[in-house]
Amino acid sequence: MMRALLSDLPLVFDRVSLRAGGTTMLNRVSLTIRPGAPTLVVGPNGSGKTSLLRLCMGLDAPSEGTVSWGGRTQSRQTRRAILFQEPMMLRRSVAANIAYGLAQAGYPRNRRAARTEELLDRVGLLELADRPARRLSGGEQQRVAIARALAREPEILLLDEPTASLDPAATRHFEAIVLAAAQSGTKVVMASHDLGQVRRLAGDVVFMVRGCVCEQASAGDFFEHPTTPEAAAFIRGDLVL
Amino acid sequence: MPESLSAWELIASGDATLFAIVRLSLVVSLSAVAIAGLIGLPLGAVLALTRFPGRTALVVTLNGFMGLPPVVVGLTVYLLLSRSGPLGELGLLFTPIAMIIAQSLLVLPIVAALTRQTIEDLWSEYRDELTAMGVGPSGRVATLLWDGRFSLITAMLAGFGRAAAEVGTVMIVGGNIEGFTRTMTTAIALETSKGNLPLAMGLGLVLISLILVINAAAWGVRVWSEQRAG
Repeated sequence: MMRALLSDLPLVFDRVSLRAGGTTMLNRVSLTIRPGAPTLVVGPNGSGKTSLLRLCMGLDAPSEGTVSWGGRTQSRQTRRAILFQEPMMLRRSVAANIAYGLAQAGYPRNRRAARTEELLDRVGLLELADRPARRLSGGEQQRVAIARALAREPEILLLDEPTASLDPAATRHFEAIVLAAAQSGTKVVMASHDLGQVRRLAGDVVFMVRGCVCEQASAGDFFEHPTTPEAAAFIRGDLVL
Repeated sequence: MPESLSAWELIASGDATLFAIVRLSLVVSLSAVAIAGLIGLPLGAVLALTRFPGRTALVVTLNGFMGLPPVVVGLTVYLLLSRSGPLGELGLLFTPIAMIIAQSLLVLPIVAALTRQTIEDLWSEYRDELTAMGVGPSGRVATLLWDGRFSLITAMLAGFGRAAAEVGTVMIVGGNIEGFTRTMTTAIALETSKGNLPLAMGLGLVLISLILVINAAAWGVRVWSEQRAG
């Protein structure tokens, strides 16, 4: 399989702003994402989490500042994958959705079927392989989406509130898949506004309010010693706007 | 065709002339739809996925051409293929090939315009994921055409309905020559003008039955494949 030899890490934002139609989504954001345990991007709705992840993926270009992957400002997306909040399911079977991801990643045709089975087994969907993907439940669709993303063998896996509309059982199942990916060396960057989830998964935390990065700290420091009043209020469970 | 007989008696007796007419109608219309699909599906998809100056005008024109008057298309193809026309040397006028060419032109805007709309809607849903997966332009066209296949079957059926039902173009470029370019619609027009109304009506019912059968078959294919692929 063709793999880029260069690493996309560290992923660095240098005074990045993103504006569209008079709205500022991100305002002079600087941060560094390093290899290791999952980075959780935390903050209220509209704080810029999705914009941040799209820039991490390279789907949008910053209005100002630079995003760089392993020191390069131009980087092909082959080593990154992203899961959107509402996953797009191809109008095909579950297995065909995974095989599509493998094909796009340049995986050899004759090994796709076996690899598809492995990936479906990993997310617990082997018995649904032949079902139409769009008929699955929301939680099952998110598992199809993450299997399709893992088909790319990403170095960085970006997740945009993937469990926001899932029930606790489906959320636990999904988090187990994410943790397994993180333990096998994939750098997970995940947006969430669920503090319980942040405690369960985070190695470090990026806390955002109104398009700015308010704090970046290890999970322990973030919860024990928040340095900004906004973060302290968010952790207490107060409404941060 | 013996004119004292009604269409039902002709069918019941397995009349060779009638079956030749039915067969020619189907060959011409289905070939025209196939050609229009071969060109119109990729054309509509490319139009849906690209942005260039004048695109809006092209889209509006294409939508408008869905209502092209058949006689005008027939006249244009007639002028192209007539002995003194630019393609006159091919000797295609008053042949089934001329009828296929003319009907393809009639159906092409329908298939292309409906495809453009279907693919554009699908693209707004697929854009982010396909971009993130690094799918190139030709891969996008192929993916969207395949995933839009259920709606595109309907677009093709609309094109077939148009081709099978129209009489103006095939009359002008085919000439309604008995045993050679006579289709069901031109035969109906002829029998009506001759006052043979029972036969004309009978042929009309045969034509409607065929259109219904083909639509039902396509519907069956759609339901069957949708159950398998969602």
